[in-house]
Amino acid sequence: MREIHTQSIADTVSRLVREACTYLTDDVRCALESALEREASELGRRVLRQLLQNACIAAEEGVPLCQDTGLAVLFIELGQDAHIVGGDLSAALNEGVRRGYVDGLLRRSCVVEPCHSRTNTGDNTPAIIHTRIVPGDQLRIVALPKGAGAENKSALAMLEPSKGWAGVVDFVVEVVSKGGAGACPPLVVGVGLGGNFEQVALLAKTALLRPLGSPAKDPRLGGLEDHIEQRCNALGIGPMGLGGTVTVLDVFVEEAPCHIASLPVAVNLQCHAQRHREARL
Amino acid sequence: MSDRIVGRLPLSDIFLRSLRVGDRVQLTGRLLVARDAAHRRMIETLRGGGGLPFDIAGQTIYYMGPTPPPPGRAVGAAGPTTSGRMDAYIVDLLDAGLVATIGKGPRSPEVRKAMLERGAVYFVATGGAGALLSRAIVAARILAYADLGPEAVREIEVVDFPVIVANDTQGGDVFEEGRRRFETAPGDA
Repeated sequence: MREIHTQSIADTVSRLVREACTYLTDDVRCALESALEREASELGRRVLRQLLQNACIAAEEGVPLCQDTGLAVLFIELGQDAHIVGGDLSAALNEGVRRGYVDGLLRRSCVVEPCHSRTNTGDNTPAIIHTRIVPGDQLRIVALPKGAGAENKSALAMLEPSKGWAGVVDFVVEVVSKGGAGACPPLVVGVGLGGNFEQVALLAKTALLRPLGSPAKDPRLGGLEDHIEQRCNALGIGPMGLGGTVTVLDVFVEEAPCHIASLPVAVNLQCHAQRHREARL
Repeated sequence: MSDRIVGRLPLSDIFLRSLRVGDRVQLTGRLLVARDAAHRRMIETLRGGGGLPFDIAGQTIYYMGPTPPPPGRAVGAAGPTTSGRMDAYIVDLLDAGLVATIGKGPRSPEVRKAMLERGAVYFVATGGAGALLSRAIVAARILAYADLGPEAVREIEVVDFPVIVANDTQGGDVFEEGRRRFETAPGDA
């Protein structure tokens, strides 16, 4: 049985969170460049130029792209034929987050509890960890440092099935319309459709892992993504909400079977940096 | 909409009244830096009848919590945070003499009214441009509430810090005006 040591897992997570917070991925840079060509607003183009310039400065100087280096969301796919050695897997993941944030000079943005003292945990742990057991003997780790600006404007609805696709589109567009300006547009919009209350939120977050410019494989969902994108861009919110024609860079929909009485929809908004990095061990 | 106005901090009343929505301003001088936890503490102090450990009269607050500074720099990434979360606190601070704020995203109608009545201005900086904006910050020190870590109150010195006027002293709002200008009917898109 193939062995994977917790030490290399912690090292990998530490590297992934730093890289995700510092280097814009190529798909995002291309999407911002293309947005700059399309954007009709002068202020909007100024914002987009600043974002592209910001990415160059961050990479050159090793400074994070954004001061909100987020909570560390980790997606783990563990091959069922792999054997983790050297200790506890979740402790290793958190150790990687701790080292990545403290040694990497990322901001620690996690508080111990939400409603009383709100004391900072000091090392940005605990990470939010989603684990799936999959075939094979490898470990796939995806780090998605998720800032609060866009996360706070995300929403979930349990619609009645009679609302259908029109109801889904209206809900997603309403979420973008109400909160989009404060969520650091141009946005990436992750939509979960189906499942149940907790699964639909996870579907929406998982949707954000798709590279920009890659539509859903199912043409039915691809058409829905295009339609939502057009409706969102017609809102006029524009880069940083200052008015403009590019409000969203992309829309990704992920779906799952659901109950005969349900139509769950979740909208997870993501800022223009769409930070994420992955590795396989 | 004017291009690249130079703004010397602290901002004078005459200067603030000359600004219009959409103006691009480069700020130079000293800013106060505070976000959620510091605001909560400031307001608890003021409402409890106490005084703040720093002077807020005539000042401009930048809603920001930086990443730790790399060696040789004043701050790490230093972009704006969402201003709407500070809407619950700003009126007390305006009454204590605050004249302007810098953040990202729209303010509530109540806050816009309160700013308008007091001649205060709200600027936006580009959210997510933390590395770029960091370059305009040449010095930083913790002024109060050091225990709050990234949320401590700081005083920073900025040179040509780029902002846009979002709410001016005439009641204009860049978000409403911008959206109205670029909104299209769904079928037109």
